[in-house]
Amino acid sequence: MLYIIARRIFILIPMLVLLSMISFIIIQLPPGDYLSSYVLRLESQGLVVDEAEIARLEQRYGLGQPLTTQYFRWMRNFIVNGDLGRSFGSYGSSYDNKPVSDIIMERLPATMIISIVSTIVVWAIAIPIGIYSATHQYSLMDYLSIFIGFIGLAIPNFLFAIIIMWIVFAQTGHAVTGLFSLEFRHAPWSIAKIIDMLKNVWVPVLVLATAGTAGLIRVMRANLLDELNKQYVVTARAKGLSERRLLWKYPVRIAFNPIFSTIGWLLPAMVGGEALVSIILNLQTIGPVLLTAVLRQDMYLAGSIIMILSTLTLIGTLISDIALVWLDPRIRYD
Amino acid sequence: MEGPEKTTALAPELLSRENGDDSVEYMSRGKLIWRRFWRHRLARLGLPVLFALYMMAIFSDFVAPYRPDSRLKGFKDAPPSVIHFGVGENRFQPYVYARKRSFHPKTFREIYTEEEDKKYPIHFFVRGETYEILGLFKLDLHLFGVDEGANITLFGTDSVSRDLFSRTVIGALVSLFVGLGGVAISFIFGCLIGGISGYLGGIVDEVIQRIIDLLIAIPTLPLWMVLSAAIPRQWPVAHTYFAITIVLSIVGWTGLARVVRGKLLSLRDLDFVVASRLAGGSDLYIITRHLLPNFASHLIVTLTLAIPGMILGETALSFIGIGMQEPGVSWGVLLQDTMNFGALVHQPWKLIPGVFIIVTILMFNFVGDGLRDAADPYSL
Repeated sequence: MLYIIARRIFILIPMLVLLSMISFIIIQLPPGDYLSSYVLRLESQGLVVDEAEIARLEQRYGLGQPLTTQYFRWMRNFIVNGDLGRSFGSYGSSYDNKPVSDIIMERLPATMIISIVSTIVVWAIAIPIGIYSATHQYSLMDYLSIFIGFIGLAIPNFLFAIIIMWIVFAQTGHAVTGLFSLEFRHAPWSIAKIIDMLKNVWVPVLVLATAGTAGLIRVMRANLLDELNKQYVVTARAKGLSERRLLWKYPVRIAFNPIFSTIGWLLPAMVGGEALVSIILNLQTIGPVLLTAVLRQDMYLAGSIIMILSTLTLIGTLISDIALVWLDPRIRYD
Repeated sequence: MEGPEKTTALAPELLSRENGDDSVEYMSRGKLIWRRFWRHRLARLGLPVLFALYMMAIFSDFVAPYRPDSRLKGFKDAPPSVIHFGVGENRFQPYVYARKRSFHPKTFREIYTEEEDKKYPIHFFVRGETYEILGLFKLDLHLFGVDEGANITLFGTDSVSRDLFSRTVIGALVSLFVGLGGVAISFIFGCLIGGISGYLGGIVDEVIQRIIDLLIAIPTLPLWMVLSAAIPRQWPVAHTYFAITIVLSIVGWTGLARVVRGKLLSLRDLDFVVASRLAGGSDLYIITRHLLPNFASHLIVTLTLAIPGMILGETALSFIGIGMQEPGVSWGVLLQDTMNFGALVHQPWKLIPGVFIIVTILMFNFVGDGLRDAADPYSL
């Protein structure tokens, strides 16, 4: 077991290096660079940009050098100082020249809160319903959950967010945007602020959780149905085990496997999924920053976020693989 | 697998033929698949609806009463036309009223009132605005329309007075076929790379699998965003469309390659394949006669279920403005108008393209589910 973990971590290192390169390369794909579009923008406003200023900016962002030099400088600063570079200010002037790591740390809490609360909601709803649907196949509840599941799969997240906002706005005249009401937006954390957050957080959670719940109910139901038809279940029943113990002792445990094997993908998937929703709901999460950074070629900011998300996925996959071996003794890696 | 159908199918000559040739025992594989598919009620609903949607998209220029970019002067943000029935003798003749615009005295919002003395019957197969078919010849025939003097806007109009029904129908062409195109490209790459990976094995397999791991590790939406941000804005609509299809399939092929490889690996060493090889079957013979039929059905299921993801991808990209660009029309582009949810309170019809997206995705999932059940017609 230890050997397997050591081997996997060993493979992980070159993959992480490759991933950082890919992240760096793909953000260079769009034509032009940040500086040239920045200069264009200033000129369109009728401002004159002198050569010295351009040279100074080029120096500051390290843009003049060849790509490989830029990459190695970025990586060296990251490994030695934990410095991911600075933002070019694509996302508003308050982020101009701000260290990328600070921006990510500033945005991380809201992202984590929404992701974690959504995940808990998804599990709390989907797992019991999935188990119920499988044990009561073709019952009214089963059909209902299948129906809700399909609808959840079919509505694009951003459309769902718009529809909820529209309904809330039409009914109450109150626009649910942001995680906090105005008076709490810059206040320090307190009980009142948390209560205020709970009043607003349900919209993104509802939107993100619906899609997740739909998928998970289907997985849980299908897995459990597979298990319930196996012979060991028949044997256990024939031997007089109570239905309750029969269900919980093995089939449910085994049906959990796919959930554990994808646990590592939750955070990156949530950040990917919430990006659009956050733009519509005006949430202070990582998603909208990533989108504008990508569009405006704020390369250190975009590259760092993509690299961190991808790294999390790789590490998450490793963790869930290990968890799977630990959880299900039948699974062996060799 | 060890069901009664299987055992009887092995020895058909021992059976009495009292059930006739239509009984399950004598059905071909294709018939069995169709029978199993048709038993799935939702799939039975999904197939005709999808067929209708695709037909609507293919003949969109004919179905739409107006061109997607033509403006109905003076009809900004007009609500859907109300269709009435009964003109003169004919009780079933549908008609619309001409509408008059006025402004709300306080909010200055447009108000459209029907002029009940001006009836305009809806004609079918009428001459209207000219469109081109494949750039080859011009046609001006439309499925329906009304005479000059009034207009028919089934889904209302947008903020620059364009007919939303026409735009939705014509946008379907992009939105529906982006999924098919993306899946076709994914299919080629997935089969090729997955096939090489599974068939050769060893170090090639290891390298390809690690590359796939890497691609999967990059979050999908950001990857799509970066790639479509790289599409030049000034490209013509057709180029942009093609580029988006490729962007969508860059993520799509990885999943398919995994399915193909996994199936190849599990089938490669099965007894019947080894037997065929020992009996002198060539690689090509084994692949086409034994391997392909065994996983073709699973491939089709995977493909069908991949289409909705791509349609949603195009919609999301176009919605945030980095997918299809005006004057290109797709359902994602149309939904940009819903971003201002305050206006939605007064113009809820702008959500209608969203209904088309939801229905399409639902139907694809239904059909995919039915195909999954039917993929292995011999199981019970």
